Amino acid sequence: MIIKLAVLLPFLAAALIPLVHKFIKREQIGWFVLAVPILLFVLISSYIPHTANGKTYMHTLEWIPSLSINFTTYLDGLSMIFGLLITGVGSLVILYSNFYLSAKESLHHFYCYLLLFMGAMLGVVFSDNLLVLYTFWELTSVSSFLLIAFWHHRKASRAGARKAMVITVSGGVAMLVGFLMLYAMTNTFSIRELIAQVDVIQQHELFIPALLCVLLGAFTKSAQFPFHIWLPDAMEAPTPVSAYLHSATMVKAGIYLVARMTPIFVGVPTWFWLVTSIGLLTLIWGSFNAVRQNDLKALLAYSTISQLGLIMSLLGIGSLAFAFEFSDALTPVFALAGFTALFHLVNHSTFKGALFMMVGIVDHEVGTRDLRRLGGLLPFMPLTFSIALIGAFSMAGLPPFNGFLSKEMFFTAVTHLDSFNVFSLGSAVVWIPVVAWVASVFTFVYSMILIFKTFFGNYHPERLDKEPHEAPFGMLVSPFILCALVVLIFFFPNVLGHYILQPALASVYPSFPLEDITPHISPWHGFNTELFMTLGVIAVGIILYKTKRYWSYVYTFLQPRHSFNALYEWVITTTENNSQRVTNQYMNGYLVHYFTYIYIIFVGIIGSYFVLSGAFTFDPSKDSKVETFELMLVCLVACAAVALLFAKSRLSSVLINGLIGYCVGFFFIIFRAPDLALTQLVVESVTTALFLLSFKYLPHIKPEVASMATKWRNAIISVAVGSLVTLIGLTVVNYDKFEPISTYFEDSYELAGGKNIVNAILGDFRAFDTMLEVVVLFIAGLGVYTLIKLRNRKEAADIENK
Amino acid sequence: MESVMVILVGILVTVATYLILSRNLIRVILGTALLSHAVHLLILTMGSLKKGNVPLLSDSDGPYTDALPQALILTAIVISFAVTAFVLVLTFRTYGTNKTDDLQKLRGNADE
Repeated sequence: MIIKLAVLLPFLAAALIPLVHKFIKREQIGWFVLAVPILLFVLISSYIPHTANGKTYMHTLEWIPSLSINFTTYLDGLSMIFGLLITGVGSLVILYSNFYLSAKESLHHFYCYLLLFMGAMLGVVFSDNLLVLYTFWELTSVSSFLLIAFWHHRKASRAGARKAMVITVSGGVAMLVGFLMLYAMTNTFSIRELIAQVDVIQQHELFIPALLCVLLGAFTKSAQFPFHIWLPDAMEAPTPVSAYLHSATMVKAGIYLVARMTPIFVGVPTWFWLVTSIGLLTLIWGSFNAVRQNDLKALLAYSTISQLGLIMSLLGIGSLAFAFEFSDALTPVFALAGFTALFHLVNHSTFKGALFMMVGIVDHEVGTRDLRRLGGLLPFMPLTFSIALIGAFSMAGLPPFNGFLSKEMFFTAVTHLDSFNVFSLGSAVVWIPVVAWVASVFTFVYSMILIFKTFFGNYHPERLDKEPHEAPFGMLVSPFILCALVVLIFFFPNVLGHYILQPALASVYPSFPLEDITPHISPWHGFNTELFMTLGVIAVGIILYKTKRYWSYVYTFLQPRHSFNALYEWVITTTENNSQRVTNQYMNGYLVHYFTYIYIIFVGIIGSYFVLSGAFTFDPSKDSKVETFELMLVCLVACAAVALLFAKSRLSSVLINGLIGYCVGFFFIIFRAPDLALTQLVVESVTTALFLLSFKYLPHIKPEVASMATKWRNAIISVAVGSLVTLIGLTVVNYDKFEPISTYFEDSYELAGGKNIVNAILGDFRAFDTMLEVVVLFIAGLGVYTLIKLRNRKEAADIENK
Repeated sequence: MESVMVILVGILVTVATYLILSRNLIRVILGTALLSHAVHLLILTMGSLKKGNVPLLSDSDGPYTDALPQALILTAIVISFAVTAFVLVLTFRTYGTNKTDDLQKLRGNADE
């Protein structure tokens, strides 16, 4: 229950911001907002001792039980990690943005979107129901869209926001399809119940399609190859947003989904191969491309892509643990991979968050983040430099920082693939470690670029927009807290491992004995393969960094026009142009054409169904008798209607229309409807008067100038519509399959105290209808009044202008 | 009688459709007015005609003619009156602003 409130609190706060922002100073709004994530962080961390003992919390609020959609929150080790990241990094980011964003920006919008995102993200990780999870999932995309486009006057911001939206939301829709398939197999949307029914799911023929769809959602969200192209463009967002959404939390939603779904989909080679190979591909592609970037944020974006790929591939390798029954010797080796994934997830959030904030500081204090203009900033910004040093060394996998631990464990995981041969691993035993190692070399290279190109080298003041100086204290607090964590985790990794990671491991590997699969993290394992790999990374990395100018020509082989970006642009522009062309063809502004579409579709669909189903019946035997005077009246109306077609002047048209109206009134009298007759006569008189009155201002009806073909076409449509109405009317008029309900109203005196049944229906049985009818009249009256008034005011304005 | 009325409704609908498809705004309004007449008659006919007394309890002991369609039509008459009045004023404004009542000329600019 508390967790449910935790999910809803950011939304509440977001809704309050527009209400209160008028009453508080602009600079202060961020401090009020800061209270929300801090409160939530304390609240969620108070559960740590309980979840560390393997306790889980579940609370269900029935929402649409008939569709098995319930708002169920579930707190376990896995959601705990994410909950802490979202609220923890969230607090630091809000603290940071209080100093980063100037008070001139529309801060209330910014914090409103940020809180919206926080609530949505908490919703994703705490929801047990797949459809609720999906809703929150898309909401994170929407808030990300709003935040990327925060500086919406810039074209690049809008383009980046749209790209992120298009890619993540289309992946999300695929994921929804996958969820629906899971529902079709098991009749439940609850993740808990799905895990209990793994056997049913894995036997089902929809298993592989569902797996692919869900993975598509996870891969687009977590910027996996080839969907990674949205993340660099999303860097148009303000830097706090990049630090929060696009490195620490939102992009990890895909990781969360894969970890959460591992117990359901695991056990088939497809899952292992897809997750591992896409992860590794993303890892190497991201790190390879990060080296060539000149923009610091773009470099970090590609680095984030690469690190996400690393975590993803670890989850894939970790799923191998399910491939065989639990055995003391083998399972821990693969469970280690899963453990490392979670460990690196936390580590990445700490050092990458710090690095993003560092880049934000450089951008803020120097005015640029272009590596070609930066250099030699060390004397001016020593504190910022230390942040960069800690973050980048941790990212490169050097001691004494937490990145070293997870990088070593990553090497352990990839080098032990050969210990048991499942899923015909074959040559993968060899190339997976090679890919991992090469990617680590590139990671090392771009980490070095980040430090040395920014803070060392020659200082060129003429290339900078501002005089560089150290950032204000407030901006340094958040990155320093993160840096402290980076170091602390290195020295006390097992505290994190025991309290946070081990319970989360229980969510990924529900059936295994926890104590046996939780590894003990230690920085020193002796001289083993992993250590030599790290040493190799450092050696080769330094050589590559020093010789970068000699080999960087390889990047010229990557032509922009062959990239996935070009493909995306092509798809977007072609669809836009084509849909615009098609729309312009039928939405051409001719009212007549629109009417024609409606009539043709009416005749086409209803008419063809009517004919094909052979529904037509005609049985005049039940008709009441036709008197001669009635027949004369019918003829009169019919003749008047036809005459209306040929009426030359508007006066005769209106008089003919009035004639038909009065005749209808007579029909009401003949057909025993006195109330109708009275109303009709009054209304008809008023309408005719209104027509005549407005003719004072309206033009004469000009003869139709339409061509013969148009006239014939309209005539054919009219006759088709008229005869279809007649045929359906004749069929329906004597339909007697159901009892009429009107006998109920004949008790009107007992039920409503009215002796006039029609009045009783209007005034009592259907009084609501009548009330709304009065509302319609009122609105129409208002419209008439406004339209007339508008004219007067405009004329007055014209006079004033003269 | 019912069949005759349905045929009459068909004729009215045909004429109304033709008028609605015309280019002249006033003829379109006349078409909608005519269409509402046709629909009122159609609803009344669907409840069968002349097979009972006037639905007034004080007037006779029944059987009464179907009162429900009458109640529906009463609502419909008032609403169609409101709509006609509104559309007339709208036409009057449109003509005042654009100096034409030809729908072909009233379709706005291509980039709107």
